[in-house]
Amino acid sequence: MKSKHASITSLGAAPWKFLLLAATLLFTYALPVHADDHEEAPATEAPAAEAETADDSAPYGGDYDVFAASEGFALFTVSNLWILIAAFLVFTMHLGFATLESGLCQSKNTVNILFKNVFIISIGILTYAFYGFNAMYPGEMGTDWNGYFAFGSWFGVDPSDTAMITDDYAGYTWWTDFLFQAMFAATGATIVSGAVAERIKLPAFMLFAVLFVGFAYPTAGSWKWGTGWLDAKGFYDFAGSSIVHAFGGFGALACVMILGPRKGKYTESGLKPIPASNFPLAAIGVFLLFLGWFGFNGGSVLSADPKLVSYVCVTTALAAASGAVSSIVFSYFACKKPDLSMALNGILAGLVGITAGADVVGISDSIIIGLTAGAIVVFSILFFDKQKIDDPVGAISVHGICGIWGTLAVGIFGDSGDPENPFTIGTQLIGTISYSLFAFVFAYVVFFIIKQIMGVRVSEEEEERGLDISEHGQEAYGSRS
Amino acid sequence: MKLIKAIIKPFKLEEVKDALSEIGVEGMTVSEVKGFGRQKGHTEIYRGSEYTVDFLPKVKLEIAVADDLVTKVVDAIVSASQTGKIGDGKVFIIPVEEAVRIRTGEKGDTAL
Repeated sequence: MKSKHASITSLGAAPWKFLLLAATLLFTYALPVHADDHEEAPATEAPAAEAETADDSAPYGGDYDVFAASEGFALFTVSNLWILIAAFLVFTMHLGFATLESGLCQSKNTVNILFKNVFIISIGILTYAFYGFNAMYPGEMGTDWNGYFAFGSWFGVDPSDTAMITDDYAGYTWWTDFLFQAMFAATGATIVSGAVAERIKLPAFMLFAVLFVGFAYPTAGSWKWGTGWLDAKGFYDFAGSSIVHAFGGFGALACVMILGPRKGKYTESGLKPIPASNFPLAAIGVFLLFLGWFGFNGGSVLSADPKLVSYVCVTTALAAASGAVSSIVFSYFACKKPDLSMALNGILAGLVGITAGADVVGISDSIIIGLTAGAIVVFSILFFDKQKIDDPVGAISVHGICGIWGTLAVGIFGDSGDPENPFTIGTQLIGTISYSLFAFVFAYVVFFIIKQIMGVRVSEEEEERGLDISEHGQEAYGSRS
Repeated sequence: MKLIKAIIKPFKLEEVKDALSEIGVEGMTVSEVKGFGRQKGHTEIYRGSEYTVDFLPKVKLEIAVADDLVTKVVDAIVSASQTGKIGDGKVFIIPVEEAVRIRTGEKGDTAL
């Protein structure tokens, strides 16, 4: 009698599993080969260390121990450590998003929300490793870079290459750089996951997220942070009000417009709210995001410089606090009673608002930025509901609209420190519109195509039952004791 | 034997339980339920939009008692859970055909 378990081990049963295994083996085998692609000229000449000009020789003679014994090592160690810790703090934001989204959505969809968040951090780091990091910072890659688009290469760096792991590279190693930036990348998709929650088909989302984070984000990010065309124009976005937040927010808007609202929310007799299911989780989420933002902004200083880092953390905190106060006041009038979800979103709005200019705006400016963001987010959330654009967590308003505000605020309040090249509202506007439009168009086209291929929305019965049961066959708050 | 089913306001549960143990009632089953009678629901608001919640949280007690205790038990429940306001609840008395103690298999009044 044929054994029940024969199919698990037999090749014929699941040929695609074999292909996946083969592909993985191929990638790992290919890594050492491609490591050379990323090396720069000085590194390959490392053995011929003694050279007359600094340009030709490898930093520290290609010997890390020489660097470790040098004067600058202590400062490098501190800066590197701070950026690593900042990376961990930004990672915490994913925990914040997971809990915030779970709290603001219905409990019958919690497993699905958590699943999407697990997926996002995973593919975010991986796609950034394989492609995104080098596509976003093509800098030294040479001829491919035209200021608009560069093709990323495989993740591969010689760990002993002193050009990458000493202060010749930056105040931190290439590895730290990668990790810190990788954490930012995934936040773009996680912004979208909140807006499309409770009715999106899982495979559709997974495919969209890979493309959005894997390709769109690094391409757009290179325009400024990768010294592309926007950087050349003088556009400034300290930690990503446009590059991360407006980008995610407008990508979310495109998806939501194609996806449609949750069933039963916009009825003939008016708006029937779908309230948060778990406010403690939502509040925990926002506080975690607030905590993580100290790393998001503080780490974007890209060094442990006490003056800048401490200043940036203060402007960040002030903006968050002001955002909350403003939302509380405005929601009291606009929503009849003080609304906790608005207060929580107010904190986030202030944080998004300060993100573009935390290091270049004054103290009172950061408060004004926060207050304005808090007011904007309240009216934006109400506005989108009036337009029947269903956003369960308010991501489009918090990240999209306030991301634009934060970017423009740099033009209004920011001091570039160079009287010849001040920040201008015009340049900031060009930048933020570029990011918002690109994200919107990319997301709209990609999501539209995905809709034609596989559909993007679950059926009505699945939506009513809850995605936990229909997509996962699991309950978040299990009933079997 | 009778099954006394009482629907009361949740915050009155402790008081009712204490009143019942004073008259010698040794056990009960309690469930969290929702309902409404003449006490209408209330309005809640989320992001500025109002909606009515028709069903209010209540607590249901079920107590099986011997016939001679019924009046005492009902009186105890009523006086302990009464507030005088709409929504205090109701008590129902339902005849029980048989009762069995699972551990010993006893039947009848000794099973209560």
